[in-house]
Amino acid sequence: MSMVLGAKAQGKPKITLRPVLIAGLLIVGFWIVVALTIDVWTVYDPLKLVARKLQPPSFEHWLGTDALGRDVMTRTLYGARYSIAISMIVVVCSVAFGSLVGAMAGFFGGWTDSVLMRLVDITLSFPPVLLAMAVAASLGPGLQNTAIAVIAVWWPVYARLMRGQVLDVISRDHIEAARAGGASSYRLLTKHILPLSWTPTIISATMDFGQVVLLAASLSFIGLGAQPPSPEWGSMISDGAAHFYSWWIAFGPGVAILSLGLGFNFIGDALRDILDPREL
Amino acid sequence: MGTSQQPLLNVRNLRVTLRNGLEIVRGVDFVAEAGKVLGIVGESGSGKSIMMRAAMGLSPSLSTVTGSIRLRGEELVGAHERRMQKLRGSKIGLVFQDPMSALNPVITIGKLIAEAVRLHNPDMSAAGVRRRTIELLDLVAVPQPELRANQYVHEFSGGMRQRVMIAMAIANNPEVLIADEPTTALDVTVQAQILEVLKNLQTRFSIGLILITHDLGVVAGTADTVVVMYAGKVMESGAVRDIFYRSRHPYTRGLLSCLPTISGNRSRLEPISGSPPLLSARPVGCPFHPRCSMAQNTCRSEEPKLRQVDDVLTACHFAESLRGVATGQWTSRAEHA
Repeated sequence: MSMVLGAKAQGKPKITLRPVLIAGLLIVGFWIVVALTIDVWTVYDPLKLVARKLQPPSFEHWLGTDALGRDVMTRTLYGARYSIAISMIVVVCSVAFGSLVGAMAGFFGGWTDSVLMRLVDITLSFPPVLLAMAVAASLGPGLQNTAIAVIAVWWPVYARLMRGQVLDVISRDHIEAARAGGASSYRLLTKHILPLSWTPTIISATMDFGQVVLLAASLSFIGLGAQPPSPEWGSMISDGAAHFYSWWIAFGPGVAILSLGLGFNFIGDALRDILDPREL
Repeated sequence: MGTSQQPLLNVRNLRVTLRNGLEIVRGVDFVAEAGKVLGIVGESGSGKSIMMRAAMGLSPSLSTVTGSIRLRGEELVGAHERRMQKLRGSKIGLVFQDPMSALNPVITIGKLIAEAVRLHNPDMSAAGVRRRTIELLDLVAVPQPELRANQYVHEFSGGMRQRVMIAMAIANNPEVLIADEPTTALDVTVQAQILEVLKNLQTRFSIGLILITHDLGVVAGTADTVVVMYAGKVMESGAVRDIFYRSRHPYTRGLLSCLPTISGNRSRLEPISGSPPLLSARPVGCPFHPRCSMAQNTCRSEEPKLRQVDDVLTACHFAESLRGVATGQWTSRAEHA
């Protein structure tokens, strides 16, 4: 324990490639490569009817065909684009907005803090899926609106996280020392407080990618996300649910969601071990 | 000192009150002169640190500061935050008690000091800032400054960190340097070195140094004048010799008899019995009377005013009765009386 601490105190944290991290990187890397290059090497068109409908997996169609005769494998691979894009957009926007709100609440305190944090409390008091559904429903279906809906649900978590960190850091002596040296509030916040407050947010954000993939797919599943015929995983599973005994229709996207979510969580877990000195 | 010049820091009737009505500092007066060392002595909770924070406009947000603090005639109480920001770090420097926690751990020492320089010299060139940084580290006697500037806080020992704090505080040649218990968190052997660094800089740049401490020993070797505080009030003030040899206040005498001496009779140290009053339950009359062996009825009802008795300003009803009583013997004398 003390040796590990000593090693960490020597400088930059050492990133050891533990198996979990490798697995996570491989899985997520696979899906990112697929999403970027699928156009080049795809065998079938995801939107074309390429065979008879509801065919079980075969050599030509590894995951069979769906109720319209489209290739499930191709559609699953294309689906990575939607999931990865939406999770990136949602996490980046939520982190940016939530952190800004949290940092302001923690730094200025008083009224600013009360107003902002009550807003956070109100948002967090709704069940996330329900709130996302409500927002998505009121905005109308579509991928963009799904992203907005998920961001609306997701940002308060980061606001709380950042506020807590800022409150912790702001009370340290070296912040007062910087103030005593003549630093302005803006400078204190950007140069002295935020650089020390990011770690939990980064860890939480990597862990959240998987969750966001899941939530976005859930919204699509109930018809509020990407609209047919786009090959989005949630809506594909929804199709599969209508043809229960053709299990392969839901199997492909199901496994895809599972693997991408797992991959993100692996990375998040490993990152937490590396970045958080308290978790040794 | 110039003939008609304003005193460097002139504090008049300074009061710091928390929002819940508790008065931490209760009407303090003192003057700090340029090129002199002023020692402010008091136990924990006597309000000495809060008072100096107030002078820098760093008092806790839930408190109000009244009275007057004039820096070369410029009123600081109620001054605009922008103005205070300009003064902090340029005219007034602050050295913190605990160098372990008062330095940002994620920035190199060089960058920390460079920031202190650049905050008040935004136009200085990068090379100029670098040169000044090295020069400052050199001034506070950090060996191998070029090398040390690239290291982080955790690579410095306590004494070295305190030197860095001092370097940051004097980065812009402040007129007033406030050192808040600068040696308390350090080893005894290092304390003397740090005091020497402070004293050297103070003489060399003719800084008005305000040394806040609970340690009379620290004050004895460095200060020119001393202010003794208790429960948010000044108990006694005067030149350091007069305070040490001709004190007219039982509290100061009590503090002195807690100090071990190298020479002279090795009698038992005599602690002041009891502990300082709580903020919420300060006694009526003289704040020191519950712990004072000289206390009479007057002390329990009337608060003594600060007045000139012989060579010192003292706040004790019976200051005159301490005349001719040598420091260190007074306790037993008073008990017999």
